[in-house]
Amino acid sequence: MAKRIDVSGLTAYYGSHKAIEDISMTVEPRSVTAFIGPSGCGKSTFLRTLNRMHEVTPSGRVEGKVLLDGEDLYGSGVDPVNVRRTVGMVFQRPNPFPTMSIFDNVAAGLRLNGSYKKNELNDIVEKSLKGANLWNEVKDRLNKPGSGLSGGQQQRLCIARAIAVEPQVLLMDEPCSALDPISTLAIEDLIGELKERFTIVIVTHNMQQAARVSDRTAFFNLAAIGQPGKLIEIDETERIFSNPSVQATEDYISGRFG
Amino acid sequence: MDISTTKAPPPTEPADARPPADDRRKSNSATRPGDRVFLGLSRGSGIVLLTIMGAIAAFLTYRTVLALSDNSGNFFTTFEWDTAATPPKFGIPVLVFGTVVSSIIALVIAVPIAVAIALFISHYAPRKLSGPIAYVIDLLAAVPSIVYGLWGALVVAPHLVGLYSWLDDYLGWTGIFEYSGGAPRSLMTVGILLAIMILPIITNVSREVFLQSPKMHEEAALALGATRWEVIRMSVLPFGRSGVISASMLGLGRALGETIAVATVLSPSFLINASLLDPGGGTFAQNIASKFNEADEFGRDALIASGLVLFVITLLVNGAARLIIARRKEYSGANA
Repeated sequence: MAKRIDVSGLTAYYGSHKAIEDISMTVEPRSVTAFIGPSGCGKSTFLRTLNRMHEVTPSGRVEGKVLLDGEDLYGSGVDPVNVRRTVGMVFQRPNPFPTMSIFDNVAAGLRLNGSYKKNELNDIVEKSLKGANLWNEVKDRLNKPGSGLSGGQQQRLCIARAIAVEPQVLLMDEPCSALDPISTLAIEDLIGELKERFTIVIVTHNMQQAARVSDRTAFFNLAAIGQPGKLIEIDETERIFSNPSVQATEDYISGRFG
Repeated sequence: MDISTTKAPPPTEPADARPPADDRRKSNSATRPGDRVFLGLSRGSGIVLLTIMGAIAAFLTYRTVLALSDNSGNFFTTFEWDTAATPPKFGIPVLVFGTVVSSIIALVIAVPIAVAIALFISHYAPRKLSGPIAYVIDLLAAVPSIVYGLWGALVVAPHLVGLYSWLDDYLGWTGIFEYSGGAPRSLMTVGILLAIMILPIITNVSREVFLQSPKMHEEAALALGATRWEVIRMSVLPFGRSGVISASMLGLGRALGETIAVATVLSPSFLINASLLDPGGGTFAQNIASKFNEADEFGRDALIASGLVLFVITLLVNGAARLIIARRKEYSGANA
């Protein structure tokens, strides 16, 4: 189910403002890649170009190529709706649909993609909730609103919702930044399990988290406020945190910067 | 209207709990002149409002009792309005029917259109276009109702003959859509006109609610691969549901009470006509407006009695709307 991402020469704008410039990288299937860097360096913007969510913001546009197993997401005739069905996303703040029950939240993506029989749907919802380590906590109240869960549970519900449609890639935009340490740990464990099935890209401000969960780490930085963010380096996580090849990376991860 | 918040602190605090607090409240350290002036102003306004409401209710009830005590017919079942006769005989079923039916027609027509316009402005139209459209909708609300009435009677009604004949051809068998020709100054025409009149308020309130629908839920839907319409269905409409209901109730309130436009368009008669397309019927407000000038003292009391019923109907409608909204509270966006 997992696919490989090849980004080449990607530049993203907000109106005339260049947010990220000329980014190229490769993300291997069935691996976790972490994006780290100071605020405003464009890691979230870059993440959002990987499922064409960037262009949802008014005046957002993108130049360059993002290949998913060789297919350009920005090629002519590619429907962004189909891209987002293949590349799932989990957001910074848990955002289950407040008007839907827990069950309906998980089934939401499936119902968009086609019609399922009742028991088929039950099976997928159960499998997804189990996949998100949430099943035991909610199996008795699937018909209760998702907004009644705790923050950490809501975030796992959002992950269940995202993986229910079996995406090729799962993007996570600071998925733990609104959560307490215990919920964070639960999500991190979950990421470790999910990478068996999906290609995962995670943006995080927490460097320990990046070190804990990721196989490869990309460091983004910007020259000054108002300048576009750039990819400084991407390498094995171990190497980035022990012996990075660029001085700026070392400064950042050792706290001598920003 | 809740004025309890403007009242002084509750005096029922247990005496032994925190006596120092009571002392402090009595001392001069807690209040400033500005606070006192504002407290007085807001409390005064609350009292004035309640007094006015009370006075209106007392007036309506008193005159209603006067009128009803001399009514030889049954107020709730008599299909006549003859207040000059001896003994006088009048009742409201015709007015209830006309008022409710014309308002329902207005809602049925206006709500879908208003929601569609509101969605177009909030989620489809480019920004350059949405501003002017919203402005034009606002202008619709600024047109005086007598202008609507004249336009309805002179322009809209004649154009409806074709539509009504068509309805009669295909749906005449239902009885509701029978049309026997002539000037279509009927409850249906009134309903159509009322729909246009309440369109702006429903559109505007709905638009405001739709614009406030949380971005993060829209993005959640988008990230699942929802199309624009699916985003609206999954995150905007559920969030805006109670707002649309409130907006509709505001519109319904206006439709129920609309007077001069109805009086201008409708060719009234004091009977319940099964066909909505044929002239006839009446509404509370229209009945009061057209009879008030010629009525004697007693006739006016009778009209006031009918006004009280309209007041009660409006209250009931509002209460029902609140119930609908409250029932879905658990799933509303408020606790997200």
